[in-house]
Amino acid sequence: MTTDQARYQYLLRFADTSLVMAQRLAEWCSRGPILEEDLALTNISLDYFGQAEAFYNTAIPFGGKQETADDLAFRRSEREYFNFLIAEADNGDYARTMMKIYLLSVYLEKIYTALSTSSQPELNMLGVKSLKEIMYHKRHSSAWLFRLAHGTAESASRVQQALQDVWSYTDDLFSTDVCDELLSGELNYEITAMKHVWLAEVEEFMKQCGFVLPQTTYQIQGGIKQMHTEALGHVLCEMQYLQRAYPNAKW
Amino acid sequence: MNVDTQLELWEVFIQKNNGLPFKHEGSVHASDKETALQHARDIYTRRGEGRTIWVVPAKYIASTTADDEAMFFDTTDDKAYRHPTFYVMPEGAKQI
Repeated sequence: MTTDQARYQYLLRFADTSLVMAQRLAEWCSRGPILEEDLALTNISLDYFGQAEAFYNTAIPFGGKQETADDLAFRRSEREYFNFLIAEADNGDYARTMMKIYLLSVYLEKIYTALSTSSQPELNMLGVKSLKEIMYHKRHSSAWLFRLAHGTAESASRVQQALQDVWSYTDDLFSTDVCDELLSGELNYEITAMKHVWLAEVEEFMKQCGFVLPQTTYQIQGGIKQMHTEALGHVLCEMQYLQRAYPNAKW
Repeated sequence: MNVDTQLELWEVFIQKNNGLPFKHEGSVHASDKETALQHARDIYTRRGEGRTIWVVPAKYIASTTADDEAMFFDTTDDKAYRHPTFYVMPEGAKQI
């Protein structure tokens, strides 16, 4: 694998994560608990769609293939996607959706902060551009988790359950492959150290919410190896329907 | 009568730039000031409309009513001399 191929595949990891997350959040459109939250969630979804497009368009020249961001989004199947599994996981209830956004945002915030100091100009640009949006997502999701955790017995138990369920997807965020090795000079972070930082922040926040981190050892991994859960097929099925049924359709 | 079941109502004021007055933009529902600010941001500043947001619980805003109109405002109708339009522009001044 060349350095450019590694950049291509590394960028697709975040492009795909953003795209699948965007599509998942868009599922909440018109179903939000109140009008304001409906708009807030679709706003976050649109941020993720925008980031996905930016990451795809930056990746494409490194791949050296004749393709567009739309090709990458709409014409690949599950086993060609590099997204982290947390993105494809079911939305579940509101607590679970917020937990997904929160845990992923803390992670992406660390990654993009590191990338925004990279000597590689494209990675640097993407880090800087995405960071502000991710920081807002973290603020919004943590605000809700905190309020639900200190709300009623019902809302607190739902956050607790969400933490328990989504936790099994978190080791996946720290898996690495040959791309990370090849790009170690320009990524400006070391994944084990980053995991400690991530864990410390999440643990502190959960403590404020009144929870301890789950003791579960069961962790599901494989997103960046293109090994996905059943959930991704359903997401792609809905998202890709139009391009699959009417190839090259334009509107 | 419809009862508003969607949390407390907050009025949203947005300042476009430093030094400009805050302008009323609309309202949001929220349980507290932090979520009110976030909702206001998501709903009213998506196209770069502002630099600062104020949110105020609607219940704390005092308002005049239609009944007040006559005694509050009509009484100024015949007091045009309160407008500074009777001054003579000094020679050479472009504005006063």
